[in-house]
Amino acid sequence: MSTLTADDLRARVADLLAAHPPQSTDRLEFLRARFDAGLAWVHYPQGLGGLDAPRELQNVVEAELAEAGAPDNNPRRIGIGLGMAAPTILRFGTDEQKKRYLRPLWTGEEVWCQLFSEPGAGSDLAALGTRAVRDGDEWVVTGQKVWTSVAHIARFAILVTRTDPDVPKHQGMTYFICDMTDPGVEVRPLRQLTGEAEFNEVFLSGVRIPDANRLGAVGEGWKVAQTTLMNERVAIGGNAIPREGGLIGMVARTWRDRPELRTPELHDRLLKLWVQAEAARLAGQRLRQQLAVGAPGPEGSAMKLAFANLQQALTGLEIELSGEDGLRYDDWTLRRPEKVDMLGRGPGYRYLRAKGNSIEGGTSEVLRNIISERVLGLPSEPRVDKDVAWKDLPR
Amino acid sequence: MSDLLYSEVEEDLRASVRDLLADQAGFSAVLARTESAEPYDLKLWRTLAADLGLAGLAVPESLGGQGASYREVAVVLEELGRSVAPVPFLGSAVLATAALQAAGDEELLPRLAGGELIGALAVPLTLAPDAGFPGGVEANTEGALSGTIRTVADAPVADVLIVPAAGPDGPGLYAVEKTAATITEVVSLDLTRRLADVTLDNASSRLLAGPDRAAAAVRRALLAGAGLLASEQVGLAQWCLDETVAYLKQRYQFGRPVGSFQALKHRLADLYLEIVSARATARYAADALANDIEDVPVAVAVAASTCSAVALHAAEETVQLHGGIGMTWEHPAHLYLKRAKSDELALGTPGRHRAALAGLVNLPPA
Repeated sequence: MSTLTADDLRARVADLLAAHPPQSTDRLEFLRARFDAGLAWVHYPQGLGGLDAPRELQNVVEAELAEAGAPDNNPRRIGIGLGMAAPTILRFGTDEQKKRYLRPLWTGEEVWCQLFSEPGAGSDLAALGTRAVRDGDEWVVTGQKVWTSVAHIARFAILVTRTDPDVPKHQGMTYFICDMTDPGVEVRPLRQLTGEAEFNEVFLSGVRIPDANRLGAVGEGWKVAQTTLMNERVAIGGNAIPREGGLIGMVARTWRDRPELRTPELHDRLLKLWVQAEAARLAGQRLRQQLAVGAPGPEGSAMKLAFANLQQALTGLEIELSGEDGLRYDDWTLRRPEKVDMLGRGPGYRYLRAKGNSIEGGTSEVLRNIISERVLGLPSEPRVDKDVAWKDLPR
Repeated sequence: MSDLLYSEVEEDLRASVRDLLADQAGFSAVLARTESAEPYDLKLWRTLAADLGLAGLAVPESLGGQGASYREVAVVLEELGRSVAPVPFLGSAVLATAALQAAGDEELLPRLAGGELIGALAVPLTLAPDAGFPGGVEANTEGALSGTIRTVADAPVADVLIVPAAGPDGPGLYAVEKTAATITEVVSLDLTRRLADVTLDNASSRLLAGPDRAAAAVRRALLAGAGLLASEQVGLAQWCLDETVAYLKQRYQFGRPVGSFQALKHRLADLYLEIVSARATARYAADALANDIEDVPVAVAVAASTCSAVALHAAEETVQLHGGIGMTWEHPAHLYLKRAKSDELALGTPGRHRAALAGLVNLPPA
């Protein structure tokens, strides 16, 4: 790690801004220049958008650039690339792969998606059955993936496949970079109970992937995927929010604005949820402080669980609090949003969408098992699938 | 003592309704309808209402009904909840019919009871039985009505609206033909129950009941509605439990059926216990309404507050325990979730019914 200081980074940002004034520079050109100056993600290596600097100095860069009115890379739109694909490529990719993929990933020129979940392998990801069979310098991939965000706008995907069905399920997996424009890749919208198609199903039929697009060793796909998933949990951890940030603020405002809806029972429930939201906010703050001092605690799983409970209780209350309007919905039209907009839609949408919070990115049931086994150290349930060849598992 | 069991006749009725619904209101047909120009299956409605005579089950034979009771109506509602069938049963066969019966009407009642006309009680679906006579509509001395009522169940398909209005001499209950009203359908959270805003602008009407019985008729209709909705909720909850149990038996994760995990088994056992209680309260409310006993308001408050919560819990568990598939449009779970959440608001929320109960059983608030 270099000995760069916050002042060094401020100086580098000033140089970048002087050479590429944001007001007169094309957005993409600015983002590329920022990447090349090592100011994209400062903790990444030099030449790959970083400066080998301490991770927390990124905040200095972001603050300086925001103040100068510099364009950002629309991080919510390319969150999967930034949060999951990039750290995996950085850790397991070859030099050529890092050089080829990281810059357009970071600038948002190439959007990434994640081909992990399958209809038969949701919480039990290691059970996945998408087959990759070697054919000379290529792999032929066939299978179906599901719950893929942004697949319809993605150029590349990180993909986990089964390459050896004769060994237990955690072995025999191999990880690839998949070009979404290749023949045999078909993306279909997957409509959710909200009416929107926020996700996709992806069908892979004889897709030919060069061996050069493999990430990590053959049969080591689970290890690579673990890196991706650990980063997913971090990404979900989120940013600092103010008091009454998020849905509690919206419900509290409704309460203040519409006295005619008030009853003692709703008041009691609202206050309980207000306290719960504030406690969750403080716990999140505490978790980030732990991360900053380099001592990540096991509370991450608990936080996601608490978040899902809170969102669901709050959105359920919001509908009750809406009186007659709670019986109405804003719009059932099939849409394909690029990101979830919890605050931009009506209470009915929020209520329905929040049902996904306890399913996506690790179900609440799986998280409870993680907490009880890995945090509290309770014995795990008997594992019947550990030493059985994947092809012999009941399904 | 109240009979909380199902009679043989009731079980036969259930079987014939269930067969019909399985045949004509399968999930894919129901889902396809929600996205079509005709979200209600009015052919199915005619079969249920006229051919099977279910629209007038609790109406005396002398008034065109079947001369059965609310116990049988409750069984029909259990089955309708089980299939989230897209028919105007609650609005017409329960709310409007009960209001007409309590108002002593003998003209419209036979036509609703026979399934010839569809009726709707023009009150917001959220109105609780103890809410008092609804405001918003006024009748002048000629009986012309003006005002707006929001979120009326089944109004989009109603031929006639039963409208509570403030008349020149006090509360009145009036009948308004659909052609005399402006009925604007709204987007419903519950895809299988249609709602509309009703606007009356000097609409001609016929007086059904004057100040002596209008308020009692509305209250009676709302009590019947809330008490019987509990049975719809029980049927909905039972479907959710049955469907989820079946799914957890056949879904494998971690090399074993998901239903073999104790944490999930216990949740479903808890849900079963909730439904056992809910069914008892719904049966008691139906029996109390059928026999018009003094305890009706308590029976309704207990059933409505219990069954709303149980149905919602069952539907939420169904979505969660189906995992990703439960979040999709293709799987039926969401139609049950939307019905359960809407039913929670309909005819008084659980909190509202508990508050009503506080007064009825002398447990005043702090």
